[in-house]
Amino acid sequence: MKLLEELQKDIRFNEGLNACINCGVCTAICPAAQFSNYDPRMIVNSVQDGDESEIENLLKSDNIWFCGECLSCKTRCPRGNTPGYIIQALRALSIDTGMFIESSQGQKQLAIKRTVGDHILKYGYCVYIDEVNTEMYPEQGPVWDWLKNNRVDLLERLGTKYKKEESGTLRNTSEESLRDLRNIFDETGATKRFDIIERYSRVKAAERGIAFSEGKDDYFRDVYEN
Amino acid sequence: MPLAKARMITLETFTKIKCKRTMEAIIKSNLWESYQKEIADNHYYFARSCIRQNFFPPAEDLYLKILRDDLNKDIFDDSRQTTCTGIAYHSGIIPFETIMTVVARQFSLMNDAGYENFVVSCVTSFGIYTEILETWKHHPEKEIETREALMRATGKTFKIPKNLVHASDLIYKFRKEIAAKVKYRLVSKETGKPLNVVDHIGCHYAKIFPKEGIGGAEFPYVLAGLIDEWGGAQVDYPERRHCCGFGFRQYLLKSNRGYSVSNSKLKFDSMQLYNPDLIIANCPGCTFFLDRWQYVISEMEGKTYGKDGYGIPVLTYEELAGLLLGYNPWDIGLQLHQVAVEPLLSKLGIEYNPDDKYKGLNGKELGRPEIPSCLKCG
Repeated sequence: MKLLEELQKDIRFNEGLNACINCGVCTAICPAAQFSNYDPRMIVNSVQDGDESEIENLLKSDNIWFCGECLSCKTRCPRGNTPGYIIQALRALSIDTGMFIESSQGQKQLAIKRTVGDHILKYGYCVYIDEVNTEMYPEQGPVWDWLKNNRVDLLERLGTKYKKEESGTLRNTSEESLRDLRNIFDETGATKRFDIIERYSRVKAAERGIAFSEGKDDYFRDVYEN
Repeated sequence: MPLAKARMITLETFTKIKCKRTMEAIIKSNLWESYQKEIADNHYYFARSCIRQNFFPPAEDLYLKILRDDLNKDIFDDSRQTTCTGIAYHSGIIPFETIMTVVARQFSLMNDAGYENFVVSCVTSFGIYTEILETWKHHPEKEIETREALMRATGKTFKIPKNLVHASDLIYKFRKEIAAKVKYRLVSKETGKPLNVVDHIGCHYAKIFPKEGIGGAEFPYVLAGLIDEWGGAQVDYPERRHCCGFGFRQYLLKSNRGYSVSNSKLKFDSMQLYNPDLIIANCPGCTFFLDRWQYVISEMEGKTYGKDGYGIPVLTYEELAGLLLGYNPWDIGLQLHQVAVEPLLSKLGIEYNPDDKYKGLNGKELGRPEIPSCLKCG
């Protein structure tokens, strides 16, 4: 498989890469570059060079996982490149080829799949109040514990439709809507990507001797917290 | 050169530079006017946000109330809608084809409900919808593929909305109508001076497609326009356009969350010098992070950014509109912010009953949240 050719099948890669002049404005503006050892200019330069071994190194590296996808780079690039789109294409290829499992940041995709990914198919939204607690999200603070402990009374007072079968905030998403989402996921590759993440993570967990099953198991805890 | 002549040239040069700078300032301050967008007058289909529903639960219903009751607009809240999957997409676990098809389903629901104007509550979603419409414009084959995938998966078809806007665009559009009805203005009751208000615009509102945002990416006016119209003073600080630090997967992973708090801290440190009385944001995630990271920084470093141990209150645009229109702060959920809003209420001259803050339905006592070790609350 030619990795560059695979990248060129991704519309985001083609939209993101025109002709990089290596000016470094993307790195200067990048919130990730400000706080981590990350340089979008270098990544764009690597894919522009088209060296297969360099691209493979990227797909197996932590480097492609530091971007926060704020897309500030899109606004600033004087030549119309979007390093953030290139990152999206690299991440997709890294997962689809299984290379994501070679980097510690890539391995963390399991934790995202098992939170946001699974929430979508269970609740119809990426986030759901019942799944958020201050043990996993301590920054939520004591006000969140108070809300969680009193959510039925409080959410009723505040006019939400928590757990109700009607339109409104925090309502139950209907089975019909959830079925549509599942079918779309099956049809368009999301289910396949979820399966790849689970499959490679199982192998990596065995290799590292960490218990792996489902939900918030030991392997999830490891990649989520460390 | 004689000294007198040299002085004249210097003065002439100085005057020219001064004039040039003044002109530049005028041009800069009016730049936003070249980035205007069409915003429909009425009849909207409303798409909810994942984060806003959960972290500030009453905010979206307040938005709908203001549109319906205060502005007499028709806005439809559909029980069949779902997430756009944007957080998953920007975290790398969802293919582009999936999110395009989920968005196409949302359009189909809008068509079924008889609407043509799509209003998006979330800034990430707004960026997603905009990106998808742009993609289909430049790559029509992607629209065809999406239509086929949606039909196979759900049996649905769709028409593209006539008008696509972010929820804050509507508050901006009707800012003068709201100003005509407000009970309070963004003015200190004590001094009569405008309150200092920081506006924070979510990155995906205009950084991806500047022409889709009021004021574009460099001088976004969607919230600054509210501040100007409602009597406040804009705070222009060095890190004004910097990201809040959500970073999608960076926040979602406990191990990576330092990215998020560090970026917010960069902003707080930068804005503090200008003594802000309030932060307003148009993105659900930004509102949450700018509120909660103040709590975290206070716990980690003992540092607070407001006066007397308080933080800087952080509100969404409709929470601010609601307060100024006279809604009870505890009916619109301001007790669910970790940074206390009481200092702001006092400055605005809003009377409130502190005992109501922690009550449930029919006045039921719900106890009190634990008090943070450093950040003053209430």
